[in-house]
Amino acid sequence: MKKKNGILSTVYAGLIFLFLYLPIAVIVVFSFNSGRTTSNFESFSFYWYMRLFTTNFEAQAALRNTLILALSTAVITVLLGTLAAVGIDRLRRKFTERIALGANNIPLMSPEIVMGISMMMLFIFGGALFNQQFVLGFSTVLLAHITMCLPYVILSVLPKLRQTDPHLAEAAQDLGCSQVMAFFRVTLPSISTGIASAFLITFTLSLDNFVISRFTAGPFTTLPLHIFGQIRMLVRPDMYALTTLIFVMMFLLLLGSNLLQARAAKRQNKQT
Amino acid sequence: MEKDIIIDLRNVNIALGGQPILQDLSLYIRNKEFITLLGPSGCGKTTTLRIIAGFLQPDDGQVIFDGTDCAGVPPHKRQVNTIFQRYALFPHLNVYKNVAFGLKLAKLSKKELHDRVTEMLAMVNLTGFEKRTIASLSGGQQQRVAIARALAVKPRVLLLDEPLGALDLKLRKDMQVELKNIQQQLGITFVYVTHDQEEALSMSDTIVVMDEGVIQQIGTPKDIYDEPKNAFVADFIGESNIIDGIMLADLKVKFAGMTFTCVDKGFAKNEKVDVVIRPEDVDIVPAAHGVLPGTITSATFKGVHYEYIVDVQSFKWMIQCTDAYAVGDVIGIMIDPQEIHVMKKSKYSDLIGDYSSFSDEFDELSNPLEEDEDE
Amino acid sequence: MNKRKLPFGTALLNAPFTLWTVIFILAPLVLVAYFAFTGNDGRFSLQWFEYIFDPARRETYLRMFGDSLLYGALATGISLLLAFPLAHFMAQSKQSVQRVLMLLIMVPMWMNFLIATNAWRYILEHNGLINNLLAGIGLPRLGMINTPGAAILGMVYNFVPFMILPIYTVMARLNVQLVEAAQDLGASRWEVLRRVIVPLSMPGVMSGVIMVFVPSVSVFFINDRLGGVRLIGDVINDRVLNETNLGAAFSLILMLIILVCMLVLNRMGDREKGAFVN
Repeated sequence: MKKKNGILSTVYAGLIFLFLYLPIAVIVVFSFNSGRTTSNFESFSFYWYMRLFTTNFEAQAALRNTLILALSTAVITVLLGTLAAVGIDRLRRKFTERIALGANNIPLMSPEIVMGISMMMLFIFGGALFNQQFVLGFSTVLLAHITMCLPYVILSVLPKLRQTDPHLAEAAQDLGCSQVMAFFRVTLPSISTGIASAFLITFTLSLDNFVISRFTAGPFTTLPLHIFGQIRMLVRPDMYALTTLIFVMMFLLLLGSNLLQARAAKRQNKQT
Repeated sequence: MEKDIIIDLRNVNIALGGQPILQDLSLYIRNKEFITLLGPSGCGKTTTLRIIAGFLQPDDGQVIFDGTDCAGVPPHKRQVNTIFQRYALFPHLNVYKNVAFGLKLAKLSKKELHDRVTEMLAMVNLTGFEKRTIASLSGGQQQRVAIARALAVKPRVLLLDEPLGALDLKLRKDMQVELKNIQQQLGITFVYVTHDQEEALSMSDTIVVMDEGVIQQIGTPKDIYDEPKNAFVADFIGESNIIDGIMLADLKVKFAGMTFTCVDKGFAKNEKVDVVIRPEDVDIVPAAHGVLPGTITSATFKGVHYEYIVDVQSFKWMIQCTDAYAVGDVIGIMIDPQEIHVMKKSKYSDLIGDYSSFSDEFDELSNPLEEDEDE
Repeated sequence: MNKRKLPFGTALLNAPFTLWTVIFILAPLVLVAYFAFTGNDGRFSLQWFEYIFDPARRETYLRMFGDSLLYGALATGISLLLAFPLAHFMAQSKQSVQRVLMLLIMVPMWMNFLIATNAWRYILEHNGLINNLLAGIGLPRLGMINTPGAAILGMVYNFVPFMILPIYTVMARLNVQLVEAAQDLGASRWEVLRRVIVPLSMPGVMSGVIMVFVPSVSVFFINDRLGGVRLIGDVINDRVLNETNLGAAFSLILMLIILVCMLVLNRMGDREKGAFVN
């Protein structure tokens, strides 16, 4: 183990982290502002937090919508993505596999705005086929979010599948499992960490997404869309309060999964 | 100080992560010799090498290179080069550029550089491989590139950290011969680290046997094999029967209930000692003619000879001989006085038992390929 | 080529993903082109491109495309300059510290960018955080908000984690022995960096560059809100909901710009690789 970082590079790293966290600090501080603006701090208060939980029905609805959307996206995408990863893993043919992975890369490489718009056009076009004028809503934004998240699921599950010894499933079959049973008893447990992190990634991606939702959600209002509506006029500290709450939740979630990973790594180290 | 000493380690101590790795280690290395640091995993041999190379600074003690203390001299300023355990060839450079790496840093002229690289590649039989990528080479070829790369900069001392560990047996034997040839041809010092006692015995001028950060014995391969200083060395180098004994007087040792004549002296009267007898030094004779009776409990045909485990007063001996016996045979054993080697008791005496739990597979398993000691 | 038929089970397993890719990824991209080349009357038409490249607007729009490229390139370059040393710092840290630093890089990525941009506005404003601090110690206020610099700062803030993470990942996996081997052969710290660490980090740099460049070229809102700079993304965002076909035409141009840049980058990457081999 080496530590070669000098004072200079430590200061440099500190400055970068200051840059990354400065706006976050501003957001947290102003969420406790008793005034109505996010640029003039009057005094410390929980006013906007209180309002959030009591009379701010719009924000509550938006938050509820966002959570429902994120959870549905996560569940469906993880199922679909794991299935796809298993399928790609079985291809075992360079050419077909490269096409599959190339297709998987398209959403990762294309700008969000293009993805959002192209999907919007799909929905409009599809609606026109069935003489429907207002197709955009929960189902379309859900489909769009699934499409956006699918590559991430495949990218976190596929490597775990590759690491899994193919003889494991064969051994299970040798011992009397059917092929499907072998998958559930042996393969699935060994890729479970990949699936868990895929779920986390998908959930947070959907929760935070603005650009794709903007073009595919129609009248369905997610939290980022609600914020966008407010930001054009005047952002009030209640949005900062909500962002702070979400931020704290995210941080705990990430920290928790990190601690679990660290513990798993430690256990593995001890075993070897 | 002797004139031909190139590296002198004096009372070196080092601890890594709170664990003491080397304890008061002193060792000098003569110019142009092939010296091997031999010991089990975690004995501190790689750490010693890394201290010489400059990757580690000792907590205490001195490293003297050619008469000057090299404390604080960074690795890139030392006239010492290393062949790394897994070669550490640069994957982004081809064979030619790997070999040229150090020469470029030494600011050689283009022509000199080209000539030296060509010469080095010829020496390791890789002429024509200049443009190949590292990934396209076999393990043995990568090994040769590593040798060429390290030797291209003309080091005074070459450090080799288990260089043959990743090769298969046949290739390993060939490379042993080749390395030895290169060393003699170039006339430079090789410091070689291995846990393979055969490799050490066949290649080295001097062997340093280490365990737990302490040097157990320094000597020529023959000294180390014939005159092990303690039970650890006797057990680690080759096979040995190590029996508790009592030194009755000079040239007289008692073990297995019998008094034997031996060639060792200088022990206190009635001192408890370890007696080492190599399996090939014991003769099997008909029971009536032997000094000690025994029963054969296991027999394995080894090609050149048979290997027997013999129960002598419930102590299991290993004996190698060319005559065939069957399990259950009662035989007698004979030992010549010059084949009995008496050692002082050490902390290892009680740890090393007889051959009662011995099996070939077990031996292999307990000697796994060495991992990095510092990580 | 292998003519072996795919086993039925495997084909079945791959069907949903294939279908999904075709319907939700490939078809929409084709539809963008379809809408871009469809006139108000529903027939094939170049009218939207004629509109964009109409002599009256041409200059404005061409300039805007150029600005998008320029700002994208600047944001990417600055992100790279900031990220490389940091990634190196992270990779050199102790294992436990690395874990924490990774977390600290990832957390701001989950910050809603609209809110973060709003906070940056306050930080840079005339009566904002920095200027109040400056005024507090008797220095003159700086005009930072609504400058190109502010636009680029906002872009870098949002995208720099995508540069740090891939470079760090490659560097963390870099074999320590390679660095030692270079030192052993006479390389100083600087030369180790130049001859070993930088070339071996190139795959990470390449994917970082792509991951920052793509969102930077297509950025909207951030640049406008902080820098008052309008880029191609803003036009698409404004127009597409009401003038779908025109929005599609702009999107197609944006996709074309990105595609060309990717090809150039790829060629550069190949040349780089070629240089390693020769």
